[in-house]
Amino acid sequence: MSNKSATLFDKVWDAHVVRSIPDGPDVLFIDRHFIHEVTSPVAFLGIETRGTTVLYPQRTFATADHNTPTLNQDQPVKDPLSAKQLAALSSNAEKYGISIWALGSPKNGIVHVVGPENGITLPGMTIVCGDSHTSTHGAFGCIAFGIGTSEVEMVLASQCIMQPKPKKMRITINGTLGKAVLPKDVALYMISQITASGATGYFCEYAGEVFENMSMEGRMTVCNMSIEMGARGGMIAPDETTFNYVKGRDKAPKGEAWDKALAYWKTLKTDTGATFDKELVFDAANIEPQITYGTNPGLGTGITHSIPKATEVKDGEASYKKSLAYMDFQEGQPLLGKRIDYVFLGSCTNGRIEDFRAFARVVKGRKKADNITAWLVPGSHIVEEQIRKEGILDILTEAGFELRQPGCSACLAMNDDKIPAGKYAVSTSNRNFEGRQGPGARTLLASPYVAAAVAVTGVVTDPRELLTEA
Amino acid sequence: MAYDKFTVLRSSAVPMPIENVDTDQIIPARFLKATERKGFGDNLFRDWRYNSDDTPKKDFILNNPVYSGKILVGGKNFGSGSSREHAAWAIYDYGFRCVVSSFFADIFKGNSLNVGILPVTVSEAFLDKIFKAIEADPNTRIEVNLPDQTITLLATGEREKFDINGYKKHNLMNGYDDIDYLQAMKGDIQSFAAASLY
Repeated sequence: MSNKSATLFDKVWDAHVVRSIPDGPDVLFIDRHFIHEVTSPVAFLGIETRGTTVLYPQRTFATADHNTPTLNQDQPVKDPLSAKQLAALSSNAEKYGISIWALGSPKNGIVHVVGPENGITLPGMTIVCGDSHTSTHGAFGCIAFGIGTSEVEMVLASQCIMQPKPKKMRITINGTLGKAVLPKDVALYMISQITASGATGYFCEYAGEVFENMSMEGRMTVCNMSIEMGARGGMIAPDETTFNYVKGRDKAPKGEAWDKALAYWKTLKTDTGATFDKELVFDAANIEPQITYGTNPGLGTGITHSIPKATEVKDGEASYKKSLAYMDFQEGQPLLGKRIDYVFLGSCTNGRIEDFRAFARVVKGRKKADNITAWLVPGSHIVEEQIRKEGILDILTEAGFELRQPGCSACLAMNDDKIPAGKYAVSTSNRNFEGRQGPGARTLLASPYVAAAVAVTGVVTDPRELLTEA
Repeated sequence: MAYDKFTVLRSSAVPMPIENVDTDQIIPARFLKATERKGFGDNLFRDWRYNSDDTPKKDFILNNPVYSGKILVGGKNFGSGSSREHAAWAIYDYGFRCVVSSFFADIFKGNSLNVGILPVTVSEAFLDKIFKAIEADPNTRIEVNLPDQTITLLATGEREKFDINGYKKHNLMNGYDDIDYLQAMKGDIQSFAAASLY
C-alpha cells in the first residue's frame, strides 16, 4: 500500500478511517468539529434524549454567526427566536465544556473565518460543521465538508461520522490571472463551466499555478465555493504559503510539536502517477471578472457578456426560464449597465481582510452611488480590527460607506439584513437562490472588485475600468 | 431521532418537474430558528407555496388537491445547496417518505437517509416516464420496494432497480440510526483518538 501513488485526498481520508463497514460507509474520525446556533440545538437535544454525552468536547468549537445582528451587538438580540437559539448554543457549550466565541466575544465571527484565523484549522485534518461551506477549510489540505444535524449529533456523541468515500476529481488551472480577476472569479468561472451539479459525488482537488500562487484567503474563497458545483468539498495541497499562514496562530502547534506536524504536512500532496476519477483543465487566460444572472451559482458569465439564450445553457429550458423570470432578466440582455440597488460585501466566501483591501482599492477616492445601499460586513472581529489598523475603514468612510459588525448577515438573511423583494443585489456571498437574501430578493454573485465597482457607479460595471493603476 | 421503518411503500405521488430544487426553496433560512424539531412541514416550500400575505398560491403543486401521496418526484439535482437537515425534516414532517429524482445533491441524500426518507435515484428516462404517467393520471400508484430495491409504476408494471448500500438499507428497514452503531465501537474510536496528531 505505502508504495502505491496516492492523491492528497486519499492520504487524508485513509489516515482517518476507523473502520470500513462492508457494503456500507467508512467510519471517519473527525479532528475538528465546528458548531453554530442554527444546526446544533436539535443535535444537543438528541444527546440529551439518548442519555449520552459529548465524547471529546475539546475537539468541538462553537461560534455564533448565522443569526446574529450586524448592528448594536452590545444590546440584547431583539428577535426572540434568534435570541433563544443563541442562548441555547451558549448553554449547551457551557453544559458540555465546549469552548465558545459567543456574540460579543472579541474572537466571534463566521465559523469558517474564525477557525483558520485562530489556528484551529490545521493542514491534513478532517473537519466538519453543520454548514455546507465547511469546504472552506479544504484550503489547508483538509478534508472538510458540511453535515446535517443528525451527523452533528453523531460527531458530538462519537467524534466520528459515516461517509461513503466520494469519487475524486482534479481541476487544474495553469497560467496567470488577468487584471482584476480575483479567486472568486476563478470559482464562479469553474462553476459556470461545469454547472451547479457538475461535481456532485466528487471531492475536488485544485491544482496548478493559479492555486499555487494564490494567498490562503484566496484559496479559502475557492474551496468555499466547491459545494456550489455540487462537490462535497475541495482541497489544495498545503505548501509554504499554508505553513507561513498557520505558523504562530493562537492554537497552532509550537516548538517540537510544530516541527513534527510540519514534517507530516509536507507529505500531503498528490503523488506523481496518482489517478483521479475525473480530471478537468482550464486556462487562466480565459477567466475574466464574473457575475451571475440566474438563480443557481452555475448561471454566471464574464461581466462583459450578455445573458445566454435558453438554447445555450446546460440546465433544462423550463428551469432556466423560471430562473430568468424570477430575476426579471431577458435572454440576450447585456449585464453591464444594469442598475443595482444593494451591494453586500462579506460572508464566509469574501469576508476576509483581502476582500476588504480589494473593495477599498476600487472605492478609494470615489463616492458611493446614491442609489446603492451597501452592507459591508467583516467575517470576524479580528478582520474588523485589521480593517481599522490598515486604514481601510478611513477609505471606506471617506467614500461614504459604513462598516457593520461580523456575522453571516445578508448571505442567508436569517437576521434583519434582508434584501427587499424585487430589488437587485450584487453580493460577494455564495448563493443566488430564489429568496436566499430575503423573500423575492434578486442576487447577482460577484467578486469584491465587481461589488465595489457597482457600489460607486450604481450599475454593473467592469472593475478593470476603475482599476487603472493596477 | 426515531423514524418509522421503511419496507414497501405503495402510494400516489406529487410531481415537481423542476431542476436544481435547492434547500433554500425546500425550507427558507428564516424558518430555521427553532431549537426543536417541530412544525417544519408547515413551511415546506414556503415561498413557492404561499404569497407574502400567507394565502396559498393556487398554481403551486402542493396546493392542488388533485395531487397527493407519500412520494415526491423531483427534477434533476434535487436538494442542492445548504446542508440544513431541516429540509429533510420538512419533507418528512409534511408526510413524504420517499423522494424520487434522477440526481440528488450529496448532503441532502445523506440527511434524508438519516431521518428516514428514502431517496430513490432513477434514470432520466424512468423519471420522465413517472412524470408522464402522473400527468396522464394524477392517481398513478407507485410502489417503492426497499427489500427488492425496485420502483414500479403499478398500472403498467414498468420497473427500475435502484442502488442503496447494504448498511443504510438495513438501518432504514429496521429504524436504526448510526449513533447506535458508533456507540458500540467506542473502544476503537478511543484508541484511534489516542494516536491522533491533532
